Amino acid sequence: MLVGETVAVAFQSIRANKLRSMLTMLGIIIGVGAVITMVALGSGAQKAVEDQIANLGANTFTIFPGQSFRGGVAQGNRVSLTTDDYLAIRRDARLIKAVVPELQSNLQVKYGNQNVNSPIVGTTANFVEVRNYTVPFGRSFRQGDDESRQRYAVLGADVPDQLGVNAAAMIGQQLLVRGIPFEIIGVLSRKGSAGSWQNPDEQIFIPLQTAQFRVLGTDRVRSISVQVADGVPIEQGMVDLERVLRREHRIRPGQENDFQIRNPQDILATRQEATQTFTILLASIAAVSLFVGGIGIMNIMLVSVTERTREIGIRKALGATRLNIMAQFLIEALALCLVGGVLGILFGSGMAIVLAKFMQWNTLISMPAIIVAFAFSAFVGLFFGIWPARRAASLDPIVALRYE
Amino acid sequence: MTASLTDTAERMALLPADVPRDAIIVTRNLQREYDMGGEVVRALRGVDIVIRKNEFVAIMGPSGSGKSTLMNMIGCLDSPDGGEYWLNGHRVSELEDDELARIRNKEIGFVFQTFNLLPRATALHNVELPLVYAGIGSKERSRMAIDALQRVGLGDRMHHRPNELSGGQRQRVAIARALVNNPSILLADEPTGNLDSATSVDIMALFETLHATGQTIVLVTHEHDIAAHADRQVHLKDGQVERDFKTEATH
Ligand SMILES: Nc1ncnc2c1ncn2[C@@H]1O[C@H](COP(=O)(O)OP(=O)(O)OP(=O)(O)O)[C@@H](O)[C@H]1O
Ligand SMILES: [Mg+2]
Repeated sequence: MLVGETVAVAFQSIRANKLRSMLTMLGIIIGVGAVITMVALGSGAQKAVEDQIANLGANTFTIFPGQSFRGGVAQGNRVSLTTDDYLAIRRDARLIKAVVPELQSNLQVKYGNQNVNSPIVGTTANFVEVRNYTVPFGRSFRQGDDESRQRYAVLGADVPDQLGVNAAAMIGQQLLVRGIPFEIIGVLSRKGSAGSWQNPDEQIFIPLQTAQFRVLGTDRVRSISVQVADGVPIEQGMVDLERVLRREHRIRPGQENDFQIRNPQDILATRQEATQTFTILLASIAAVSLFVGGIGIMNIMLVSVTERTREIGIRKALGATRLNIMAQFLIEALALCLVGGVLGILFGSGMAIVLAKFMQWNTLISMPAIIVAFAFSAFVGLFFGIWPARRAASLDPIVALRYE
Repeated sequence: MTASLTDTAERMALLPADVPRDAIIVTRNLQREYDMGGEVVRALRGVDIVIRKNEFVAIMGPSGSGKSTLMNMIGCLDSPDGGEYWLNGHRVSELEDDELARIRNKEIGFVFQTFNLLPRATALHNVELPLVYAGIGSKERSRMAIDALQRVGLGDRMHHRPNELSGGQRQRVAIARALVNNPSILLADEPTGNLDSATSVDIMALFETLHATGQTIVLVTHEHDIAAHADRQVHLKDGQVERDFKTEATH
């Protein structure tokens, strides 16, 4: 019953100074809100990276052209991967299920009377399954289309948006790449651009040989993605591939590779670590503002104690113990912080939702962050409330009663 | 420890041999000094007083003679620098903070010259306050508070706040608050000091009624006609008891 009375008095005093309580709470609201929003942003970025890892499949890695070394000296940025390497891998590598080469160049693309500059990717028909795409509109090209050098184009999911045209309406339409007419036969599912510099959904895919012989006129590939055979550890596949390419490039033992083999999982793991660090950084900055909010609470509680010295004297004269008085002020500080905390959680979650909706940022409102922020604001209330409360409790009754 | 003795009779047995067994207040050589930046003000210089159950005592004396200091001491709001003090057998001069709070709550009802009501609380809530700290449940609490307000004639003003009440009504609320926990003793430091003479007469009539129902009362006043309501007067001068006599004896 004393608890009930104490809580009632705390809320009564908060209500009696509405404006002041609100301003004091603002510090906590902003602090907690910032923590929630920042963690939501960080978690969103992290989730996007995780999704990407899941999208890639656990058994895919990629080979990029590297530098060739002669006698320990770099020979310049000679592009050293060609479609011949792709054929060699297909012919010689044993532990491999699928190989997807990619020629790529940014080219002028014309659709109707619109011009855009898009990354054109020449690749083999199996890219759809290796890259975990689906084709919601139309179809992708087949191996036969590749061999007969068909002028077919498959669009990334964002291309119709870029051109401001409905995806389904584009199927069967014509597209000019470098003035060469292509038939749009399909639109791919969305990959999402989170965490990468280039938006994969803006790419336009055409058959490898079409690209090599009809558009780009080069056999130099940007990358070769390799899917390891089922049940084979990815590292073993990488060793096998390195062996094949070194022989193909006639690299003698002791010499460096003139290509790079990258396990995208490693890249993503690094990126994930980076986003994690980023999240922690953002959250700690937000926590500082929560701390500042706590100081505001302490300040106002000290004012409140001074203002209510006489009340404290009266209560003590009527039999309130130190503990009673302490509890009264502590609960008041706690109530300020918890009400502020709840408002802050609403504010922060709202912010995260708005950012996701209107700025297309990846946010993920995390339950642990809400719990931690709430607990933290309770802790702030206790931590910053305890000193003013102790000051109130240790007042001498007669001194407090005489206070003017 | 005397404080741990719950039985009053047991505690009373520990009082000095020369005081009557029905003494509620016993002070021995009570002293209080204020240090005013080097200069020591001796507000009480050894006060010996015994007040028995059912007495109505008026404490008088010139301004600065130590009346309020003595009352605060008796009311356990302040602690003596020297001497001893027993309240209802509790040796107060030895008690800890929390035990003093308990005594203020259970044994003492204090009425101040300036009322000292909580401005934001209603009359009813103000009167309930001592019961809150006594740990009494809310139903019983409001029953007792209503009862006390009716005793002081304010049954129809229970939900008014202090600023909606007259001075006399405020003092009645304060008296109800002092009475609500059935204290051993009712202390009043110039209860009529802020009231006009007509209201003062009402308040003194109330004190007399309370005294008639068995309440022990100690009251500080400057005015002889107020003191005349009491059946005993103690005159202080320079922090010492100057005279201590039955009221009838002088008339
Ligand atoms: N808090 C204090 N600090 C310093 N001196 C004090 C304090 N309280 C009282 N005194 C001094 O102690 C002496 C007794 O004061 P007290 O208030 O007990 O007088 P009183 O008899 O109640 O006077 P009055 O009739 O004016 O109320 C006075 O000299 C006063 O100045
Ligand atoms: Mg006085």
